[in-house]
Formats: sequence, structure tokens, C-alpha cells
Amino acid sequence: MANYSEVVTSMRSVFRTGRTKNVEWRRSQLMALLKLLDDNRERLSDALKKDLNKSRFESCLMEVDFVRNDLINTLNNLTEWVKPEKVKKGLINMMDKVYIRREPFGVVMIMGAWNYPVQLTVAPMIGALAAGNCIMMKPSEISENVAALLEELFPKYFDTECIKCVCGGIPETTALLKEKWDYIFYTGNSMVGKIVMKAAAEYLTPVTLELGGKSPVYIDQGCDLGIVSNRVLWGKVMNAGQTCIAPDYIMCSKETQDALVEKMKATLGEFYPDGPAKSPDYCRLVSDRHYQRVKKMIGGGGKVALGGDSDDSQRYIAPTVLTDVTFSDPIMQDEIFGPVLPIVPVKNEDEAIAHINEGSDGYPLALYIFSNDQKIVQKILEGTNSGGCTVNDLFMHCGIPTLPFGGVGNSGMGGYHGKFTFDTFSHKRGCMERGLKMESVNNMRYPPFTKKKENTAAWIMKKKLKSNGSMSLIPYFIFGTLFAVILKVIFAPETPVMNFFSR
Amino acid sequence: MANYSETVNSLRSVFQSGRTKNLKWRRSQLMALLKLLDDNRDRLSEALEKDLRKNKFESNLMEVGPIRNEVIYALNNLTDWVKPEKVKKGILNMMDKAYIRHDPLGAVLIIAAWNYPVQTAILPMIGAIAAGNCVVIKPSEIAENMASLLEELIPKYFDTECIKCICGGIPETTALLKEKWDYIFYTGNSRVGKIILKAAAEYLTPVTLEMGGKSPVYVDEDCDLGTVSNRILWGKNSNAGQTCIAPDYVMCSKETQDALVEKMKITLEKFYPEGPAKSSCYGRLVSDRHYQRVKKMIEGGGQVAVGGDTNDSERYIAPTVLADVTFSDPVMQDEVFGPVLPIVPVKNEDEAIARINAGSTGAPLALYVFSNNQQVVKKFLDGVNSGGCCVNDCLMQGSIPTLPFGGVGSSGMGRYHGRFTFETFSHKRGCMERGLEMESVNNIRYPPFTKNKEKIVTWILKQKLKSNANMSLVIYFMFGTLFAVFLKVFFAPQMSVMNFFSK
Repeated sequence: MANYSEVVTSMRSVFRTGRTKNVEWRRSQLMALLKLLDDNRERLSDALKKDLNKSRFESCLMEVDFVRNDLINTLNNLTEWVKPEKVKKGLINMMDKVYIRREPFGVVMIMGAWNYPVQLTVAPMIGALAAGNCIMMKPSEISENVAALLEELFPKYFDTECIKCVCGGIPETTALLKEKWDYIFYTGNSMVGKIVMKAAAEYLTPVTLELGGKSPVYIDQGCDLGIVSNRVLWGKVMNAGQTCIAPDYIMCSKETQDALVEKMKATLGEFYPDGPAKSPDYCRLVSDRHYQRVKKMIGGGGKVALGGDSDDSQRYIAPTVLTDVTFSDPIMQDEIFGPVLPIVPVKNEDEAIAHINEGSDGYPLALYIFSNDQKIVQKILEGTNSGGCTVNDLFMHCGIPTLPFGGVGNSGMGGYHGKFTFDTFSHKRGCMERGLKMESVNNMRYPPFTKKKENTAAWIMKKKLKSNGSMSLIPYFIFGTLFAVILKVIFAPETPVMNFFSR
Repeated sequence: MANYSETVNSLRSVFQSGRTKNLKWRRSQLMALLKLLDDNRDRLSEALEKDLRKNKFESNLMEVGPIRNEVIYALNNLTDWVKPEKVKKGILNMMDKAYIRHDPLGAVLIIAAWNYPVQTAILPMIGAIAAGNCVVIKPSEIAENMASLLEELIPKYFDTECIKCICGGIPETTALLKEKWDYIFYTGNSRVGKIILKAAAEYLTPVTLEMGGKSPVYVDEDCDLGTVSNRILWGKNSNAGQTCIAPDYVMCSKETQDALVEKMKITLEKFYPEGPAKSSCYGRLVSDRHYQRVKKMIEGGGQVAVGGDTNDSERYIAPTVLADVTFSDPVMQDEVFGPVLPIVPVKNEDEAIARINAGSTGAPLALYVFSNNQQVVKKFLDGVNSGGCCVNDCLMQGSIPTLPFGGVGSSGMGRYHGRFTFETFSHKRGCMERGLEMESVNNIRYPPFTKNKEKIVTWILKQKLKSNANMSLVIYFMFGTLFAVFLKVFFAPQMSVMNFFSK
């Protein structure tokens, strides 16, 4: 029976020595991670090919290079991020130093997922390291080749007393969750998410849960459906649909549906000239269990308009489009997480919004809107909530480190990428430094409380409600004019005004 | 048996209608809150007086005054907070709009505490309303006068379909926790904090837990002990020590202890000329249970150096200082939360830091360091984590809206005050808007994946590690020089350099 108490205790002792808080240490470990990625690009690609039949291109674009860029961005900004952040203070605190420090939590656990086994283990790790924590990495056992590779590589590159990788299945995960962590970062499904959160609750451990759900696509009238087809299908076929932000299903009018299906035939023909089964670029389902689960969905509603073929021996499911699906069909009840794309005809965006809000699995992780009408886009954004949103494309809101990536409601809690990962694994500590002088000023707050003290305190503390927007522009105008006059008077008293400004 | 399912469902329906998202509605409710506070200042003071023997001055300084300022702060900044926040994007996304929306979560539950029954209910409420949520407040039944006052006033001032006050004890709280909330904000102790976190986990509801622990004070050598005494005792005696960030215990050298105790006698005479029992400025313990709990602590270690007297009928405990306490004494095992101040002599700051880190109640909510030595201060800041920190004073780190207020580890998770409250009750939704043009650019990401596409993508995506800081300063210097030369050449070619810069 696995027991990790000693491991966690020893990591916590090392944390207490302050080693991981040292910025040079953090930088050295981040550089080691860079070296790990650069030295092992081939091996990582091979492992991804074995686990998911992922092509080298996808391994670069969506896994290795994706995290490599986040890592470089972090290394380039580390000094800035680690600095205490000065904050605004009022007149009363004029003599005080007021700032926010970012402190590491301690010993954190990162639980990766099988669909992007490199990205979802390494991307959180970048911020956890940058923030100065000790890290326990638990890759998903389902993507077993990547898990084994990480388990082999970690001790070769990192400070093994502070950064560890443990492999295993449910027994090992359960044993890990029995321990006290200072933060737990989990990517996966909501059923296990609840288990993680309850385990964390025993120790009041904060968590980030990156979950999923059915990410809808709404297609408005008047869009270039050839382009829409390319972009939506690209999102769906990457990793054979096994992406937390994959477009799960489409809502559009019946006419749009019929026209779109034709375009999708063309798109798939371009993507896979010899057909997806023969293409080295098309992935497979990760396990028999998931394969069977998705295969069932082909018959889960509407009719098969494209694809529908499968191959048990390869866990291959063709890119499949179902049309005339209804919201009550089986396929519309759970996240698909595979290359089957239902289209549900709706009247208009109002019906789409209502469904997104009332859907059984809560707010989606991603929302996709295809429209040339800014009013429709804003209507849908205002009327719904979602982890994130891309308009007129797929996935792009996850592609830049300045946008937070995470869910809301059932799709998760917390957000990361870029500085958000660093902030996820840091405690924002509010600090005030005062001097021991000017004690007489403090007398006002000490008992005995006289009427005089009361009045003085009330007067000092009282804040004023700002007047409305247009009024507050007038002082700026007045100041602007005064400033121009001052400039003239001081710098060119003899020059007439006209010449002053055209000098 | 209380059941709140209908209540929560109706709140959620109103939320879906979009009413609370409307900026004018949010502003109107915040103005209503302002009116509630201004119209009922006296009644709020009276309720605090009945529940905690809180003096009117303290009520204004520590409860109503700061809350009122926070409402005004929120009203003054609401437009800015609610605006989508544009983010930096790279060249690749030059044509795209990338921004973060702050979207409300839905129906949120705020469970308040009895020690600052107005602040812990209303402060979170400000941010919850500013963020556009429906709100239920559950005041603490232990501060019963304030609970009934809030129950009476809230329906009079607010939109009752969106903002409610539900009173009750453990059965009602348990029933509320059975429902699905979109956020739960709890202030109280860690035992109940765990219960709440577990209940929230059932629905994957995110939470903020504002809890407590033993907030230590370290007093260095060579401090003006008269000032130190004033500031510590002010922090300790406000609300008769029933403050989550009250200085729990003091660590200092034996000599400092003995000198400090003498100063504390003087401070207490100054604060309470007729003695604390007769002073209208000194509070009482909130309930018999808490009174008995704290009364026991008077015998909980060391010897009584100051105070020690009690009065059962009034739940009065004098400001009490225990000297020569040791870390294994009973009074050092749990948070005191009362006006008993143990002093534990230590060798130096290193021992103090080791003791805080080994303490049974985990990272404290507040850390207080009294020192004129910046190196000692830094040692504490680097060596101990805490929710917040104040150097050379007590409580003040909670007084400004630009510092995040919250715990870490067993003292809590999440933070609020000012804009942090608004963000607590919002979802940061990363959004990217693209156009449906320039599809040819996208072709490189579509299958079939050729070696060529792989090279181009890697080249486009690749970010560069910045050279180290010194090198980049040289570049700035070079540019600075070049720019000065450029100015001279273009604007005053005839003038000699000296005259140019002194023109």
C-alpha cells in the first residue's frame, strides 16, 4: 500500500530551509526544464505518438512548443513577478510602505491529464516553480508512455529533494490525496474533481480544478461557412476531439446546418486527402474504455451526415458529424471528448443562450461564437458565462499567456497560463510597514473615546462619492488651460500666443 | 426543517434574467446600502453595544466607518472595474481583440461572523453586488441583536428578489449548505471552515474562507516600548480581543518582557482611567461559552503580570498579560480570541521564527514585527508566511482597500477588500475576438502536416529568452545617447552641445 507521508514531510523540511524561495534556484530549475524539453523533443513526440497517435506537428504546436513558450515568457518576467508590488495608499498612510508580497505555498501537487500529458503537467509546473514551491507531479497513468518518460527524466534534470514525479493509478492517487498539500492543481473530469476537492477540504488546502463540459459553438447567419467549417473541424479533429476545450456541439439554423455539412465534407477532404484512417496526422482514442464510450455516441442522436466509421483494433473513430440532433438526445447529455460532432438546429441566438444557461452540466469551459455581427457576439457574451471564449475561431483564447485559462461553475475554478500560473501558486500577502515615531497621531484611536476624537476620526476617514463622469472632466480642462498659460508665461513671455505654439 | 431550494431557484431565475448584471442596478443597490448605513448609524451602534458592549466610537472606527468608505470606493471605481480589461498580445494576434471580462457568478452565500457582525456581512456584500450577483447574507446568530437588525433592514432597502438576509442557527446554516451556490464566502473558525469546504465540494462551488489562528507579535530590542505597548494593547483590547487579526501572543527577550509589562501597566491606565471594568470604552465577551473559554486561559501558563480579574455576570475579563509563558502551556495551543495576552520569552528572532513555523495552528492570519532593524524585519517576512503583515503596528494591514485581506494555509483561502472583493465574486473570462478573414494564414495549422508547416510554425511561435539584465541596460544607454544626438542634430544643429541642454 503506497504511503507518501515521508516524502511529503521531507519536501516540507526542505521548503522550510528556504531553498526553493531563492530566485536563483527557481531560475536554475526553470532552465533545467527548458533543457529537458529541448534535449528530449524526439522522445516526448514518440511517447505522444504511442499514447495518442499524436503527429509530430501536433506534439510541437499543442504540447512541447506551447509549454516552451510559456516557460520562456516566465523566465523573461521572473524578476518582475517576484518583486513586491507597491500599491496605492491614501494621505493617512503617506509615511508608510504598503505593498503586496508573493509567497510560495509550500509543497504543491500537480495532477496531470492524459489528453495533453505534456502540456497539462508542465504548464502548471512552470508557475509553481516560478512561485518558489516544492512540487509533486502525478502524471496520468492512462497516457502511460509519457508518464514513464517523465518519471525517468525528472530526477535527471531537477533538484530531486524538491521536485518529484510519482506514477501510478487509483491506489497511488488515493494515497497521495491522503496527505496534506499546500496546493493541489488538478486537470481532469468533474467526478474526480469533487473527490480531489473533498480530500483537500480535510486540510483546508486551496485548489485549482481544470475540468470540462460541453463547449458549444454558435454559428450565426451570414458567415463564410467554408472558413467556419475549417476552423470548427480543426478544433474537433485535433487529438481526435480529446481536448477539454474542443467544440463539443454546434447550434445554428437548419439552413446553416445543411450548408455547413457540405462545406465540412470539403474540409475533411482537404485535411485528409487519403481519408483520416490512413492519415498519419489523425489521432486515436486513448483507451478501449474511451473508445467504446465515444463509439456509442455515433448512434446517440440525429443522423450520421459524415463519417461514422470506426475500427476497434486501432481505437479509430472517423471525424463524424450528426445532424438534426435534439437537446434531449443521449449524445447531448455528457461531454463527448471524441471526434463526434452533433449539430442541433435552433431558431436563433436566444434559444442558444437559453440552452447554454440551462444545460445540465452548467457553464461550459469554452464558448465559441461565429458571427460578423458585433451585437450578436455581445448579446451572447453578456447573456452567458463560460471559462473563456473565442469569437470566429477555436482555442485561440488559450493561446496567449495574458489571458487567464480556466473554468467556472462545473467547468472548474481558478485560472492559469503566464503570470496567472505564478499567481495561482502564490499567496498574495498584504504588508504595511510603519515607523515607531509620530505616536501622538495614534492617540486619536486610543481610549478613552471622547466626542472630539470621534469627530476628528470621522472627518479624517470620510471618503467622498465622486461626481458623475462629465463633471469630472471640467477640472482637467481648467488645469489644461492653466498649464498652457504657465508654459507661455515662464518660457516665452514676449512671444505672442500664436507663435508660441507654432515655434 | 428549513428548506431553501425554492429561495435559491428563484434567485437563480432572477439572475438569469440579467437584472443584477445591469450596471445601473448594481449602482442603485450600492447607493441603497449607503443609505442603509447612513440612516441607521445609531441603531447599528446600539446593536453592537448590546451584542459586544462595543463603544460607539469603536463601532464607527472599526465597523460602520470602514464599510461606508468601501461602498464609496466601490461606487467610485465600479465603471472601471466592470470594463473589459484589454491585455497585451503578441504580433500574431495584432488583428485580434484580446480582453478579460469580469462576469458575475450567480447566487452567492455570505456567512458572517459574530465578532464584527456588520463588517463580515456587509464588506463581502459590497463586492458581490458590484460584481453583479444575487446575494444571501446569513448573519451569525451569536450576535443576535445585529442579526435581527439586518434581517429587518435588508428587505427595506434592497431589491428583495435579489438580495436576502436569512437568520438562524446551525439547522438553518446546514440547510443553506445543502443547496448549490455559485460562491460561498465564510468568515469564522477552521472547524466550520472545513464543513463548508466539504459542502461546497459537492457542487464544485468555489469559496473564500476567512479564518484565524494565533497571530504572533515579535518585539525586537531597542524599540520604544511605550509606543509598542500602546499599539499592541490597542490591537488586543479592541473588541475585547475578539478580532481575527488581534495580536494573539508576544515573543521577545526576557529583559524586553519585563520592561514591556511596566509600560503596559501605564498604557492601560491611560486607556482606562477609571479601570477597564468601569470604562464605557471596553468590550465584553460575546457569550457565556466564549467567556468561560477565555477565562480558563488566564490560568493557562506563566504568571498573571497585569489584570486577571473577571466578572461572570457581565462576561467581563480585564485586559490581562501573562509573563514567562512557554510554548507548551495550554494558552499557547489554540487561538486566544480574548483579552489575554501571553508573553513568551525567546532568545532572538531566529527562535521566534522557528516557533511560529512549528506552531500547531499553522500559518497565522497576521504577523506583527516591532523592530527598527530592517534586517530583522526581512528575516521575518522571508522566514514566516502569514495572511498579512504589519510592521510596528497592529491591525492596520486590514485598513486600506488596496491591500488584499485574507489567510493562507489554515488561516484561510482567498482575499478581499476593495477591488479584491469584486474579483472574488467575479469570473475572469479570457476572450479573444478574431475576424473571418485571412483564412490562408490559418492553413499552416491544418492537416496535412508537412515538414514545411512544422518548420514555419515552430519559427513563428518561438520566443527568445531575454539576455540578462546588465546587458539590456547597455542597450538602453546606447539608445539614450543616440536619441540625444538625434535631438541635437535635428533641432539645433548650429548650437554647441552645452548650450542646447541649458537653453
